[in-house]
Amino acid sequence: MDLEYGQRYEEFRTEVRTFLDNHKPAKGEGDLSETRRKTLIEWLSLQIDHGYWARTIPKKYGGYGAEPNLLETVIMDEEFNRAGIPRGMASQGASMLVPTLLEHGTEEQRKRWIGPTMRGEVMWCQGYSEPGSGSDLASLQTSAREDGDDFLINGQKIWTSTADKSEMIFILVRTEPDAPKHGGISYILLPMDTPGIEVQPLRTMSGDLGDNSFNQVFFTDVRVPQANVVGKRGEGWRIANTTLKHERNSLNSNSEGTILKLMRLMERETSNGVAAMASPVFRDRLMKLQGRSLAMKFHAMRMLTCSLKDEAPGVAGLITKLRNCQLNFDISALAIDVMGELGALYDHTQYERDRGYWQSHSFFSLGLIIGGGTAQIQKNIISERGLGLPREPKPEKS
Amino acid sequence: MDFGLSEDQLLLEETLRNFLADRVPIERVRELRNDDCPNESSIWRSLAELGITGILVPEDRGGSNLNLLDACLAAQALGHSVTPTPFISSAVIAPIALRGLDHPEIPAWLDGIASGESVFGLAITELFSVREGAGVAVIDGKLNGKAMMASDVCLADFILIAAGPNKLAVVRADSPGLKKTHLLTTDATRCTSELVLDGVVAEAVFENVGDTVASMLDAGRIALAADTLGACEAMIEQAVSYAKERKQFDRLIGSFQAVKHMCAEMISELEPARSLVWYAAHSFDALPEEAPLMACHALAHVSEIGQEIASVSTQVHGGIGWTDEQNLHFWFKRIGVGRGLLGGPGLLRERAADLQGLSATG
Repeated sequence: MDLEYGQRYEEFRTEVRTFLDNHKPAKGEGDLSETRRKTLIEWLSLQIDHGYWARTIPKKYGGYGAEPNLLETVIMDEEFNRAGIPRGMASQGASMLVPTLLEHGTEEQRKRWIGPTMRGEVMWCQGYSEPGSGSDLASLQTSAREDGDDFLINGQKIWTSTADKSEMIFILVRTEPDAPKHGGISYILLPMDTPGIEVQPLRTMSGDLGDNSFNQVFFTDVRVPQANVVGKRGEGWRIANTTLKHERNSLNSNSEGTILKLMRLMERETSNGVAAMASPVFRDRLMKLQGRSLAMKFHAMRMLTCSLKDEAPGVAGLITKLRNCQLNFDISALAIDVMGELGALYDHTQYERDRGYWQSHSFFSLGLIIGGGTAQIQKNIISERGLGLPREPKPEKS
Repeated sequence: MDFGLSEDQLLLEETLRNFLADRVPIERVRELRNDDCPNESSIWRSLAELGITGILVPEDRGGSNLNLLDACLAAQALGHSVTPTPFISSAVIAPIALRGLDHPEIPAWLDGIASGESVFGLAITELFSVREGAGVAVIDGKLNGKAMMASDVCLADFILIAAGPNKLAVVRADSPGLKKTHLLTTDATRCTSELVLDGVVAEAVFENVGDTVASMLDAGRIALAADTLGACEAMIEQAVSYAKERKQFDRLIGSFQAVKHMCAEMISELEPARSLVWYAAHSFDALPEEAPLMACHALAHVSEIGQEIASVSTQVHGGIGWTDEQNLHFWFKRIGVGRGLLGGPGLLRERAADLQGLSATG
C-alpha cells in the first residue's frame, strides 16, 4: 500500500493546475451553436497543444503524441474535476470512434477523422441500437445492400445521442444477410447530410431535448461508398465490441461530489423548522450511501492499481458500472425524499431546489442503469465471465 | 501509487489459508461447537507458531510488528474458515491497547500474546452499549459491576475490561471475585460470556485513556469487518460452486438468470467492500486522522452487505442450505453475530455522522 503518486507526478499535477489557473473555457462550452462551436474548437486545440486532450494520440493524427500513462490521465481528470472544467469534450466521437479507428482504421481514415474529431470540428453520433435490437444488439436489421462500389442503407436506429447536431455517424449495418448473426455486420462511417437520412427527436422521461438529446434516425436508400467500412466487411461486431469496451469504461462516474452536494442540501432543507440533517432517519440513509460511495472510490483505486501493474482484476473489474449507476440513482432518491412534498417541483418552477438537479440526476441515473448494457446484461457478464456460471441454453428453434 | 497487497501479504494470506484448510476444516468446527467454549488452545498455539498471534506485537516483544492491514488479512482468513479463535480480542484489540498504555507489566503481557502463552479476553461492550444494568466501576481500587457479552474469556489468562468511558483495566481471568457465566449465542464459533465482578483486584487500571480506547475500537472494528468479509467470501464461493453442480428442470441451476443474478449481486457487493476494508486498515496504519470514520464505515457497510450475502447464498442452496448438515449456517451465524459486536451498523453510522460534524442539531 502506497497511495502517494510520487514526485514526478506531483510536478505534473502542478503543471496541470497552473494551466487551469491561467486558462478557462469561454462560457457556454458545450453549446453547439455556430459561434460557440468556434470557441469550443479553439479551447480543445489549446488543450491538445498542452497535452491535456488527445494526449496519447500520435502527432501525425493530430494528437499530442505522448506515451500512454495512466497516472497522468488520472491526474488530469482529478485536476480538471477539481477546477470544475470539462477535460476535452464528452462525445462519442472522441470516446468511442477514435479508439476504434486507432485500433482498426486504415491510415487514410485515421488521418482524415481523428484530428478533426478531437478538435471538435467534426461531431459524431453512434448508430448501434434499433427498436428491435437493444440488449440483443447483434440481431440488428438495418441493411446495407451492395450497389456497384456503394452500399444502399435502409432501416432505423434509436437512442442516437446528438444525431441532430452531428456531421457524421458511425453505424452498424447488416452487409451479409446470409451470414450468421454476428458475422454479417459491418462498421461504416457516413455523413449525416447524406440524402435519405431523417432525424427525429426522441423525448426521454426527463423531458430534456438539450445537449443530451436522444433521437431516432431513419435511413431510406442512403448511398455510402464501400470504402467507408472500418476494418473488414462482416467484422463489424468484433470491431464494435472494442468500442463498447470503451463506452463501459467511460460510464464510471464518481459519486463523491454528489454526496457532498446532498450533504449541503440536507443542511439547508428544513421541514417543520428542523433541518433534514437533524433527522436520524435521513442521516442514517446518508451515511449508508456514503459508505457505499467510499467503497466504490477505493475500488476504483484498486482497479487503477491493477491497470498500472498490468494485472487482470478478474470479477472485481466487471462490477463498477452495475454498482455505480445504482448508487447514483439511490443518492438522488434520498435527495428527493429530503425535499418532501417539494421534491415534486421540476423544470425551473418556483421553490425548486438546486435548479432541478436531483430530479434530472434521478432520471439520468435510471437511464444509465439501462444504457450501455442494462443492469441485467451486466449481471449476466459478471456471473458468466466473472464467476464461470453456465450460459443460459438457447431456446430450441421451432 | 499502489493500492494493493504486497508479495509478503499475499504469502501471509496463502500460508494461513492453507493452514486453516488443513487444520481447521469445517468438520473440526462442528466438533468444537459441542464444547462449552469453541476456542481451543492447540489451534491458538499453532497460530502462535505461524506468527499470527503476535502480528501486531513489536519485534522486541517477540512479535512481527506488522500493520493492521496484515492483521486484517489474517482476520479475513479466519472468517473464511469460521475458525473459533480469540484473534480479534487477543491479537488485535489487546495489543493495540497495550501498546498505547504505560505499565511495568506490559512488556511481559505483550511477550505472552506473541508467544501464545497468554490469551487476552475482552469485556468492553459497555464502551458503546449499556444494557441489563451492566457497567464496571473502580471503587477503592477494586473492580465492581457487570460486563455483558464479554469475548473469549474462557480461554483467557487476562481480561481487558472497560471500567468507564475513558478507563481500562487488566485483570487476571482467575481473580477471586470474578464470576464468568458462559452465554449461548447463535454463533457456535465465538465464545461469549457475562462477567460479574465483586471487589476484583486489578493488575492495572488506566485512567484518562480515551485515545487508546478509541484507537483499539477502530482497529477492532476494521478487523471484525475483515472477519465478516472473509465469511461472506466463503459463502459466495459455496453458492457459486453449488450452482455449478446442482441440476433442476434438467439444467444446472447456475444457468438460470434468477440464480446467476443472485450470485452477480453478491460478488458485486463483496469486491468494493474488500477495497473499503483494505483502505480502512491502511488508514489506521498510515492516515490516522481518517481511521475513525473509515472504521465506522467499513464495519457498518460490511455488516449490511454481509446480512444480504448470508441470506442470498443460503437461498441459492435451496432447502438443503437451511439444514444443519450443509454447514452453511456456521458462516450465516458468524456474519449475523459479528453484526452486533463492537457496535451495530446503526450505531456506527451515527458515529460516522458525528465524526463529520453532521450533528443532530443540524
